[in-house]
Amino acid sequence: MTPFDYHAPKTLRSAMRLVQEFGDDAKVLAGGHSLIPSMKLRLAAPSVVIDLGGVAGLKRVTAGNETITIGALATHYAVESHRLLPSKCSLLPETAAEIGDAQVRNRGTVGGSIAHADPAADWPATMLALDAQFDIAGPDGERAVAASDFFVDLFITDLQPGEVLTGIRIATPPENSGGAYVKMRQSASGFALAGVAAQVTLDDAGNCASVAVGVTGVAPAAYRAHAVEDALVGQGIDAVADAAAHAADGVEEFQEDHHASGDYRAHLARVFTQRALSQAIDRAA
Amino acid sequence: MKIEVTVNGEHQSYDVEPRMLLVHFLREVVGLTGTHVGCETSLCGACSVMLNGDAVKSCTVLAVQADGAEITTIEGLAQNGELHPIQEGFWECHGLQCGFCTPGMIIAAHQLLERNPKPNEADIRRGIEGNLCRCTGYQHIVDAVQYASKKMTR
Ligand code: FES
Ligand code: FES
Repeated sequence: MTPFDYHAPKTLRSAMRLVQEFGDDAKVLAGGHSLIPSMKLRLAAPSVVIDLGGVAGLKRVTAGNETITIGALATHYAVESHRLLPSKCSLLPETAAEIGDAQVRNRGTVGGSIAHADPAADWPATMLALDAQFDIAGPDGERAVAASDFFVDLFITDLQPGEVLTGIRIATPPENSGGAYVKMRQSASGFALAGVAAQVTLDDAGNCASVAVGVTGVAPAAYRAHAVEDALVGQGIDAVADAAAHAADGVEEFQEDHHASGDYRAHLARVFTQRALSQAIDRAA
Repeated sequence: MKIEVTVNGEHQSYDVEPRMLLVHFLREVVGLTGTHVGCETSLCGACSVMLNGDAVKSCTVLAVQADGAEITTIEGLAQNGELHPIQEGFWECHGLQCGFCTPGMIIAAHQLLERNPKPNEADIRRGIEGNLCRCTGYQHIVDAVQYASKKMTR
């Protein structure tokens, strides 16, 4: 690790001031489970690190009847162990529990993972499937951006210079909804070779009134599998297999490395989409 | 940079470089070498310590991030010369061979038993999934955690 100056602001306001002051020289530190490894490898070598760990109020997770909020600094474990989330939106704790291992979940944060936008991270798929809104603080005040507009490319998001992700908002799913996150783990790292989050709401006849599917690990950025969704809306569980066949439609470039080829990842996307949708529908019923 | 930490109940202040990892701080500055460095890439778990009650991989935490924190290392578990029940379990059930992974395993088991005092075998294997052992094949470690669970919930 190359040397750096370390700042630990106590308020978001002073954090934002530091971010403006140091600009591109600075990196914002949340749980440190992406940034610190990158710094050890010197993939990142910021001269200033601004640690948000002490900023009051960014760790809260709330689960209301209308809205679920997750502070950007909430750990994966905070979501995994939240008392109300299993009944309000089980997709969230289920995703959290799939990340890394116990020690990593204790420390890594939801916001950090999202802002880092690793192409194999778990949260992007789930945030897409839940139509999450991301709250962002910047030099000109605050703005919100939908998950579907946020993940742009490999490690690239809609976050602009000087902006910081502060929280996540999700509309609490209605009755008759269910979700599931399933993934194929790369066995050493635990990252997703392919991971699929599905969230469905059923109508009175047991057909899908709404379907949302997020896929991670397969393309440079996590994406919504719209072709799957379109094929399944208005249909029941019998249509899942055919719909899931579209899980990699429209992907122009596949992630490809020594762990898995692009073809294999596309295959996994289809298989895991089928599994995620079947489970989600099961749970919604 | 100046930090204040409480390590195994002892409160002290130290001067550290911001880039120093918590594990190096514990081993080289505080002088507690029970916490091991295996991979230094958050995979093996040998460096696990309790930070404000949470098991963390101290190779992936900066010492400066621990400013104001309470840290428990493997050295802090035994009380008045008596082994902690988890340590005793590893002793009784042959939960170690070379011992390299053991401090981290015990910290991970400690966290698991705090959150789930009566884990089944699958819970235990999941609880220690962030810790690698190259000797035991894990079965004796699972036995050791079960031993501790029984003793601690009696
Ligand atoms: S040394 Fe920290 S996880 Fe291996
Ligand atoms: S006892 Fe040797 S690595 Fe576990």
